[in-house]
Amino acid sequence: MSEVIEAVASPGRRAVYEARLRKRSMRIAALSTMAVVVAIVVLVPLAPGWEAVKRSFFNGGVFTKTFPGLLNAFLLDIAIFAWSLPLIAIVGLLVAVCRDIQRPAFYPLRLFATIYTDVFRGLPVILVIYLVGFGVPGLGMPRPWNSPYIWGSLALILVYAAYVAEVIRSGIESIHKSQRSAALSLGLSPSDTMRYVILPQALRNVVPANMNLVVALQKDVALLSFVGPVEIFRQAGVYKSLFANFTPYVGAALIFLVITIPATRYADFLTHKRRRLEQ
Amino acid sequence: MTSLLRLTNVRKSFGTHHVLQGIDLDVSKGEMVCLIGASGSGKSTLLRTINLLEPIDDGEIILDGVDISEPGLNPQPVRQKIGLVFQSFNLFPHMSAADNVMLAPSRVKGLRKTELEAPVSALFERFGLADRIGHFPDQLSGGQQQRVAIIRALAMQPEILLFDEITSALDPELVAEVLDVLRALRGEGMTMILATHEMGFARELADKVCFLDRGRILEAGPPAELFDAPKKERTRQFLSQVL
Ligand SMILES: Nc1ncnc2c1ncn2[C@@H]1O[C@H](COP(=O)(O)OP(=O)(O)O)[C@@H](O)[C@H]1O
Ligand SMILES: [Mg+2]
Repeated sequence: MSEVIEAVASPGRRAVYEARLRKRSMRIAALSTMAVVVAIVVLVPLAPGWEAVKRSFFNGGVFTKTFPGLLNAFLLDIAIFAWSLPLIAIVGLLVAVCRDIQRPAFYPLRLFATIYTDVFRGLPVILVIYLVGFGVPGLGMPRPWNSPYIWGSLALILVYAAYVAEVIRSGIESIHKSQRSAALSLGLSPSDTMRYVILPQALRNVVPANMNLVVALQKDVALLSFVGPVEIFRQAGVYKSLFANFTPYVGAALIFLVITIPATRYADFLTHKRRRLEQ
Repeated sequence: MTSLLRLTNVRKSFGTHHVLQGIDLDVSKGEMVCLIGASGSGKSTLLRTINLLEPIDDGEIILDGVDISEPGLNPQPVRQKIGLVFQSFNLFPHMSAADNVMLAPSRVKGLRKTELEAPVSALFERFGLADRIGHFPDQLSGGQQQRVAIIRALAMQPEILLFDEITSALDPELVAEVLDVLRALRGEGMTMILATHEMGFARELADKVCFLDRGRILEAGPPAELFDAPKKERTRQFLSQVL
């Protein structure tokens, strides 16, 4: 009893030591940050090309003129992202489950799913976008089926579904065999076992990994600009030519960061939460 | 007495490792049979083959006069009649205790949640878990989890229950509450096969004790005989180590 009171009344030796350590490292961190900031603010403008860079990349006038148009173009990025995401989730889930079916009759399906994930994870995204985005409309299909929006999005869906499938499959494999045994022993069918016992746990385990893919997808939408859609990156290119100035790209970068940084932080948060839960 | 479950010359190997080397076992309705034997002697494998989680290589398993070991037979209807409770509980961690219990009856038997609520709460009530029905597995003690696992198996109204060392993963002070459940089931005439290290419990309640040794039932008999007057030297050795 007396020990407890003592501990509350005066901090122990360890606590005193740790507090001193904490104070010291905070002082060091503050000083070094200040040094870096001062160096940048003072030294960078001293560079011989700084005035030129400032004019063509950080031009306030161009920024205010182009920013609303960029924001507007970004709506298209959001739209492409929004309709691709659910399709990616569905295709990824289906492929992952197909790869897990053991019955011999489903062997072709399993083989196809395996080849699919191998191929699309093995190709650079931009290459798939070029091949599908230019290739399929090149078949001469009638409107609206020659739209680069559709085929560009399909390219993104194909690639990202392959990644999602792989992530989900690793989640399925991480669920201990005894869960399957327990479900089967109750008379549940293999498909009910997957649907009610394995998948819910597997999906929950891979939320952080999938969040990272979502963040990557947000950025890769900009790649569709190469096959036609005037989304933010292409719009920035148009402004760049119009004003002979690179500031629109900086504006586009800022818009991306406003979305992707919170999303990345959230993914990290989920990862840490999962790790804590697993302990 | 009528035989509910009969195993004849059941064999099972994993690769070149012969885990079950010709098991004969007869279990009558309402009987409680205990399997004892060293770790690795094949107790778990034997229970898993009866539940059709492991296909057997040779021999026969007859349940209610039907050969359930017939290759190619759909195991699902059979498993509904045979409950299995595991050493490591194996509750579904993403479901509440109630949902753990209701999943199989609702999916397999097509019963609605509303139909299941009353009988399921009655089961929780009976095993002293009425206030834990909405809890998730990680909010329950080991003993409580294991009792939920037993309720989950019971909810399918099986004809026979298999228990695989269900108290081995429990802290010593939690063993009694789980054994009490088995005692209650015994009182109701449930047919049971237990792989167990609880020799005192086996002696108290078993109709028959089988000593498994390297995939064979070396010796079987009423507990009084097997524990007090074992015929085989290996049985004697094993008992002297565990008693
Ligand atoms: N799935 C499996 N694959 C390979 N060997 C196994 C498998 N399951 C069990 N065994 C082996 O079978 C033997 C018997 O195991 P088990 O039935 O678990 O024994 P017990 O429950 O009596 O301890 C052990 O040697 C074990 O390594
Ligand atoms: Mg075992």
